[in-house]
Amino acid sequence: MGILTLTGNYAVAWAVKRARVQVVAAYPITPQTTIVEKISQMVENGEMNAKLIRVESEHSALAATFGAAIGGARAFTATASHGLLYMHEVLWWTAGARVPVVMAVVTRAIGPPWNIWTDHSDIMDQRDTGWIISMAEDNQEAFDLTLQAFRITEDNDVNLPMIVGLDAFILSHTYAPVDVLEQEDVDKWLPPRKQLYVIDPENRYSMGNIAYPKDYMLMRYDIERAMERAKKIIEKVDREYGEYFGRSYGGLIECYKCSDAKYLVALMGAWAGDAKEAVDKLRENGYNVGVMRVRFIRPLAVEKILEYASGKKGVLVMDRSISFGSAGPLFIEVSSILSMNGKPPAMKGVLAGIGGVDVGYRDIMDIISKFVDEVEERGWFVKRQEWFFSHKR
Amino acid sequence: MFVEIRIHGRGGQGAVTAANLLVTAALFEGKYGQAFPFFGAERRGAPVLAFARISDKPIRIHSEIKEPDMVVVFDPSLFEIVDVLAGLKPGGKILVNSPEPIEVKGSYEVYYVDATRIALELKLVVAGWALINTPMLGAMAKVLGNISIDSVVKAIKTNWSGKLGEINAVAAERAFKSVRKIT
Repeated sequence: MGILTLTGNYAVAWAVKRARVQVVAAYPITPQTTIVEKISQMVENGEMNAKLIRVESEHSALAATFGAAIGGARAFTATASHGLLYMHEVLWWTAGARVPVVMAVVTRAIGPPWNIWTDHSDIMDQRDTGWIISMAEDNQEAFDLTLQAFRITEDNDVNLPMIVGLDAFILSHTYAPVDVLEQEDVDKWLPPRKQLYVIDPENRYSMGNIAYPKDYMLMRYDIERAMERAKKIIEKVDREYGEYFGRSYGGLIECYKCSDAKYLVALMGAWAGDAKEAVDKLRENGYNVGVMRVRFIRPLAVEKILEYASGKKGVLVMDRSISFGSAGPLFIEVSSILSMNGKPPAMKGVLAGIGGVDVGYRDIMDIISKFVDEVEERGWFVKRQEWFFSHKR
Repeated sequence: MFVEIRIHGRGGQGAVTAANLLVTAALFEGKYGQAFPFFGAERRGAPVLAFARISDKPIRIHSEIKEPDMVVVFDPSLFEIVDVLAGLKPGGKILVNSPEPIEVKGSYEVYYVDATRIALELKLVVAGWALINTPMLGAMAKVLGNISIDSVVKAIKTNWSGKLGEINAVAAERAFKSVRKIT
């Protein structure tokens, strides 16, 4: 197939086809719709051998996907924003039952006021559900991450569902070159789904029965242990993918020009590309900075964040959503980890790009250089929130 | 080489498809590209925007294009209702679909091509609308100067198979040859 010009959504649809997904259940919502539209077209054309289930809501979409998965099928769904919130209960159900499922979330702001553009409020709202949660930086990574997601979730050391996140419009509806791997190569890398048990009319198990407190707590402990193991599996799958297909992304976290940097900026999603551009330009102006791109908010790379930030003078965190009454979710996470260090770096949480506000590399250059100048002038400080509203032409 | 392009069209004229095919053509030249619409509510006939970036290196940025190197206008009547020159870099290029030279104030390189006539001659018409995206694509490649007509034709034929691909390729070729700089 080679390289095609695809939107982020079409890249995801192609990866779902390449993964030989057997069941897809979804409900349309902007800006996700074109993923399932494309899949439905592929099924209709006979290019893809999958069962498409039309449902009346997102709650049912994930419930149907869950049902297919416990029946042993490789299953996929996709949603965004209000659709994801409506699904929230079933997210807990899927993770609690330890059923591998892959879901694409095209991150979009939550209303009111109504807004269809990107921010990370919807995906951040799922942090406690027991799902593995990732964000892609570009269309190619959306493709690669979707394929990797099946290997990660279906690993018997994990058995947890996973979200592949991609920013609304700036990835989902933007055309860019994507290397769509050959089917036979993907088949060699991604074997058919195997799970420890399958529920069908001949194999009757009970699932989701009542568990008394001690058992319940043990099962929660098991999820946490699986999350811990998932860290290693994510790193391994990304490494093996690189060996096989020539592309890998650094596992849980990608560090761009981190090792010799005095300052780091941490962020997730598509604007990490703009941040890399900003860092390259700032380095020309004598600012010694690097980018710590968090690819997985769950499981969080606690050890790696500590390692990468060790000895740095300052760490700036950029959030595209807010936990009202506290700070940006990524700032909360990163600052709590860095505070484990005896000598934490200066830290600032910047809130920007919320509700799709355009943030370009020039804006990020301003945000980073301001932080660096402040630390150089004032010395160590922590600022939990700084709102960035305006942007340059 | 790094070029940012903004296309002004009307909903249904295929501005987004033109931007997308330009990226595919650039891909065939060993270059990188990115194409995207303005992310709002699109309606048939209303002014719409599409954007493209073409580069020698992989494109990492995802922000809006506010200072384009080139502006493409699918419908000259848009000059009266939209500030099509907004943010255009000094010395930037303007390509307009027009049967005759048009006057633009400022230090720009202005080009024109009669894409509507080319589309009508080839009967590229749907519901009374001349389909001008492929002739405009051919003219864009010529004005950019670093994308060959062969790659444009290949991109068109990747998108439309059979006779439709052939006719659109001819439309692009005609525009590639007939686009003129206003001096």
